[in-house]
Amino acid sequence: MEIKEKIKNLISENKVCLFMKGTPDNPQCGFSMAVVNVLKHLKVEFKGINVLEDEILRQGIKDYSDWPTIPQLYIKNEFIGGCDIVKEMFEKGELKKMFSNKGII
Amino acid sequence: MPLPIEEIKKLIISSIPDASIEIKDLMGDNNHYSAIIKSKMFKGLNKIEQHKLVYKSLKGKMGNELHAFSITTEAI
Repeated sequence: MEIKEKIKNLISENKVCLFMKGTPDNPQCGFSMAVVNVLKHLKVEFKGINVLEDEILRQGIKDYSDWPTIPQLYIKNEFIGGCDIVKEMFEKGELKKMFSNKGII
Repeated sequence: MPLPIEEIKKLIISSIPDASIEIKDLMGDNNHYSAIIKSKMFKGLNKIEQHKLVYKSLKGKMGNELHAFSITTEAI
């Protein structure tokens, strides 16, 4: 399966999808950990996808979203942002509002 | 090879000429920065588009030589 297809499946099969380094219980990078902590704090169920296990996916997701870094958060197929944007939205209460508007919490 | 602050500023200014840029070296190792970037060019763009403008100005260095570069953008 072509990497783009694989990504499309992942973000459509999982309402909240976090492409990250490591796993939710064992993040391997401070930025990935910061986003995991925000999602856990908001009690949001999410799928953590460890890009360290798949070099093609690691580059593929950057091409897919035209975004140069990991982590990347997707909610219902939509790219929301990386660590900076997710943290900023969380601090402004926008992230919680977005999750409730999309019927996730 | 980490990227010195002056070079980061030069790169950003080359694409965003009116940018006002504040960069903090978080760990004093030329490798962990946080920056606040303000520009008229951000007006009408959402956060993702604003950040992409900054990343593009860094000409592929973001996520490579430049690993830890947290940014906050503001339209002025």
